[in-house]
Amino acid sequence: MGIFAPFLPIQGSEHAERVDVLYDFIFYLDIFFFVLIVGGLIYIVLKYRDRGEEREVPQFSHHFALEVTWSVVPLILVIVIFFWGFNSYITSRVAPNDSMEVRVTAKKWQWEFEYPDGTRTLNELHVPIGRPVKLIMASVDVIHSFYLPTMREKMDVLPNRYTALTFTPKVEGEHQIYCTEYCGDGHSEMLAKLYVESEAAYKKWLETGGFDEKTPLNQIGAELYKKRACVTCHSIDGSRIQGPSFKGLYGKTEQIVGLGPVQVDDNYLRESIVNPNAKVVEGYPSGLMPTYKGLLKDREIDALIEYIKTLK
Amino acid sequence: MAAKVDAISNVEMQVGEESYLTAKKGLKSWLFTLDHKRIGIMYLGSVMFAFLLGGLMALLVRLELLTPGKTIVGPKTYNQLFTLHGAIMVFLFIIPSIPASLGNFVLPLLLGAKDVAFPRLNLASYYIYVFGAIFCVYSIIAGAVDTGWTFYTPYSSTTDTSVISMTLGVFILGFSSIFTGLNFIATIHKLRAPGMTWSKMPLFCWGIYATSVIQVMATPVLGITLLLLVMERALGVGIFDPQLGGDPVLFQHFFWFYSHPAVYIMILPGMAIISEIIPVFSRKTIFGYRAIALSSVAIAIIGFLVWGHHMFTSGQSELATMIFSMLTFLVAIPSGIKVFNWVATMYKGRIVLRAPMLYALSFLFLFTIGGLTGIFLGAIAVDIHLHDTYFVVAHFHYVMMGGTAMAFFGGLHYWWPKMTGKMYSEKLAKIAWAITFIGFNMTFLTQFALGSQGMPRRYYNYLDQFQPLHAFSSVGSWFLGLGFLLMVLYLLASLRSGEKAQANPWGGATFEWTISSPPPEHNFHHQPVAKRGPYEYSVEVGR
Repeated sequence: MGIFAPFLPIQGSEHAERVDVLYDFIFYLDIFFFVLIVGGLIYIVLKYRDRGEEREVPQFSHHFALEVTWSVVPLILVIVIFFWGFNSYITSRVAPNDSMEVRVTAKKWQWEFEYPDGTRTLNELHVPIGRPVKLIMASVDVIHSFYLPTMREKMDVLPNRYTALTFTPKVEGEHQIYCTEYCGDGHSEMLAKLYVESEAAYKKWLETGGFDEKTPLNQIGAELYKKRACVTCHSIDGSRIQGPSFKGLYGKTEQIVGLGPVQVDDNYLRESIVNPNAKVVEGYPSGLMPTYKGLLKDREIDALIEYIKTLK
Repeated sequence: MAAKVDAISNVEMQVGEESYLTAKKGLKSWLFTLDHKRIGIMYLGSVMFAFLLGGLMALLVRLELLTPGKTIVGPKTYNQLFTLHGAIMVFLFIIPSIPASLGNFVLPLLLGAKDVAFPRLNLASYYIYVFGAIFCVYSIIAGAVDTGWTFYTPYSSTTDTSVISMTLGVFILGFSSIFTGLNFIATIHKLRAPGMTWSKMPLFCWGIYATSVIQVMATPVLGITLLLLVMERALGVGIFDPQLGGDPVLFQHFFWFYSHPAVYIMILPGMAIISEIIPVFSRKTIFGYRAIALSSVAIAIIGFLVWGHHMFTSGQSELATMIFSMLTFLVAIPSGIKVFNWVATMYKGRIVLRAPMLYALSFLFLFTIGGLTGIFLGAIAVDIHLHDTYFVVAHFHYVMMGGTAMAFFGGLHYWWPKMTGKMYSEKLAKIAWAITFIGFNMTFLTQFALGSQGMPRRYYNYLDQFQPLHAFSSVGSWFLGLGFLLMVLYLLASLRSGEKAQANPWGGATFEWTISSPPPEHNFHHQPVAKRGPYEYSVEVGR
C-alpha cells in the first residue's frame, strides 16, 4: 500500500488487495505523468515568459521521433493496465463452487436478504468469515446497485433479470453497503450492513436473529427501527418524510382513506406492518410501503409496536 | 501591436462604414438577422444565461451537501436540483457553448468567408434552441424532473415528475445541434478562402469539423431514444420498462451511444480553442499540426465505440466489458498526443501571460488531471469500485468544466475584443481567473478522495465520516461562484467603459485579426487569400 492508503476503505478480501495494487500503480504512474506534463509546463512558462526583451523565437513544426515516442509509450502502458484490470475483474466474477448463495431483493428503499435455510433479513447481511458468498440479486421496481466498498465490488440490480456478485470476506466486523444507482427520494438512505462473523457466531445469529431473550422489547424495537429501514420513511421527531411520523402515533386518531377516523392501536400497527396498504392515512401515497410479512418475526413486530408506544 | 497583414485594405473600416453591431438598428434587425456574428452573439447570451442558471443550481446542491441530512432543502428538491444542474449544463450550456456561440462567430472569419454556408438554417437552429429551452424551463415549473440527466429507465418511466416535457425539450435541442453541425460541415468544405488547403486551415476549424460530424451522426440516436421514452410514458408502449415487457439496459445502451460521443462534442471544440490560443501567446508555430488535426478525427471515430464503459456494472456481458475497456484506453492516446503537442508548442516560445493564455494554461493543468484520472476508470477492476461514486463526478468535472468550460472562457477572452470591439480589464480578469482556478480545485480535487473512500454520487444524505471533505468541497464552490460572478461583471463593464480594441490586440495570424474590431457587416472588403499558414508569425507580429 502506498501513501494513498487513507483514501481507500479497508481491504475486506483478497480481491480488494489485488484491486488496490492496480489502483496504486495507476496512481503513481499518474503522478509521474502529472509531474512530467505540469512540471514541464510550469518550467517552460517561467523560463520562456515574455519579459519584453527582443529574442528570436525558433520556429519548429514537428519532430517525428519525439511524436512517435509520446504516442507509443503511453499506448504500451495503457495496454498493460487494460490486461491487468481485466484479469483481476474476470477472476472476481467467477464464484467458487462451494459459495454460499444468498438471494438479494432490492426495492425502494431497502435490501432484503434470503439465506439458504429460509431466514430472511432486511438491511443486514450476515456471513461467516472465509467462506465465498455469491449474491443472486433482483429488483422489484427500478434499477438499484449493490456496492460493497471494502470488497471493491459493485453490481447493478435489475428488475427483469438476475445479476450476481461474489466476494470472500477475510476481515471480521461491520462493512458498509450502499445503493449506487440513483433510485429516488430515499436513494441515500438505501443502506445496509454486512456483518462478517466467525462460523460459530454466524450459526448462533441464524438461530436467534441476534437478539437475546433478556433485552426489553422496546429496546429491540428501537434497533429494528433503524436496521429495518423504518427510519427511511418514518421520522420520530414529528417531521414528515415519506410516511407519517411515529411521534405520538400510538393512540392517535387518523383519517383513513375510504374508512374515516381510526384509532391507532396494537392491531392497527401490526396490520400496517404486515399489510401496509390496507389502511392508508389520508394525504399519504398508497402502495409506497412494501410489506414486512415474513421479514419480521412475531417477536420483532411486538418489539416495534412497543417502541412506537414509547414515542410520545 | 500592429500586425503585418496581407490585405491592407481589410484592416480599417471604410469611411462612414458601420460595424456589424451598428449597421442595422432595432430589435427586429437582431431577431431576423442572418449574420453569423449576430447569431453567435445571441447564442452567447443564451448559453451564458444557461450557465448561470445551471451554476446557481450547482451552488444549491453543494450548499445542501455542506452537512449530512437536511441543510436547506428536502431530498426530492435536492434530486431535482442535481438533475436540472446536469441537464441544463449539458444540453443548454456545454454542447452549444463553443460551436454555436464562438464557433458561429469566428468560424467563417477564420476561413475567410462572408458567412456560414446556410445562414437561414443557422437562424433556424437558434430558434429551435430557444424553443427546446422553453420546454426545459417549462419542465422546471411543472414539477421538475428528478431522474438525473441520464433519464435511466425504469425510474424515468415511473417517476411522477415532468419527464416528458424535459425529454421533448432535449429532443428539440438535438435538432438545433444537428443544424449547426450540418452547416459547419458545409461551410468548411465549401467556403475556405483561396489558398486555404485542409492542411493550412486553422486547427479550430479541424476541431469544429470533427465535432460537427459527431453532432450529425450521433444526435439522431438520442432523439429516437428520448422519443421512445416519451412514447412509453405517454402511450404505455413497452420498450424499456420491464413492467411492460421492455428492457431497461437497452435504454442505457441507446443513451450512451449518443452521450459518450457527446462527451467529445463537448471537449473537441475546447481543444480546438486551445490550439488557437497557445501558439498566438507563445509567438510560435503550433507543434505537430498534422497530429493535432488528425487526433481530433481519431477521437471522433473511436469515440463512437466506447459507450459501454459507462456500463461496466450494468449487467452487460463480461466480453462486452472487456472490449469496451480496451477501446476506451485507445481513445485516451489521441488526447494525450494533443497535450504533449501543446506543451511542445510553448517550448522556447515567448510566452505572454494574458487572460486567454491563463485560461489555456488552466485547461492544460485541469484537463491533464481529468485525463489521467480517466485511466483509473478505464481499468475494469478499479472502475467497479469507483463507478457511480464521487470519483466519477470529479473526473468528468475536470474534463467538462476544467477542460471545456475553461477553454470556452479562454476563447471568450481571446475573441471578446473582436466580438465587442472593447477590451476588458486585464487586472480583474487575472484576479477572477485565479479565484476560479483555486475554487475549482478545492471543489473537485476533494471529490477524488471522497469517491475513492466509497462515497456514492447523487446522495442527498451521507455518513458523518464524509463530512469534512464534503464541507471543504462546498466552500470551494463558493470561490468558484465568486470567480465567475466577477468575470460576468467585468465583461459587462467592458461593454460600457472598456478601452477600444485594436484590430489585432494579440498579434494573431489568422484572418479574423486582419479586419477591424468589431468586424464590418460583411466581414471582408476583399476576399482574403491564404498565402501562409495560420501560425506563421513573422518577426514584426505582435510586439
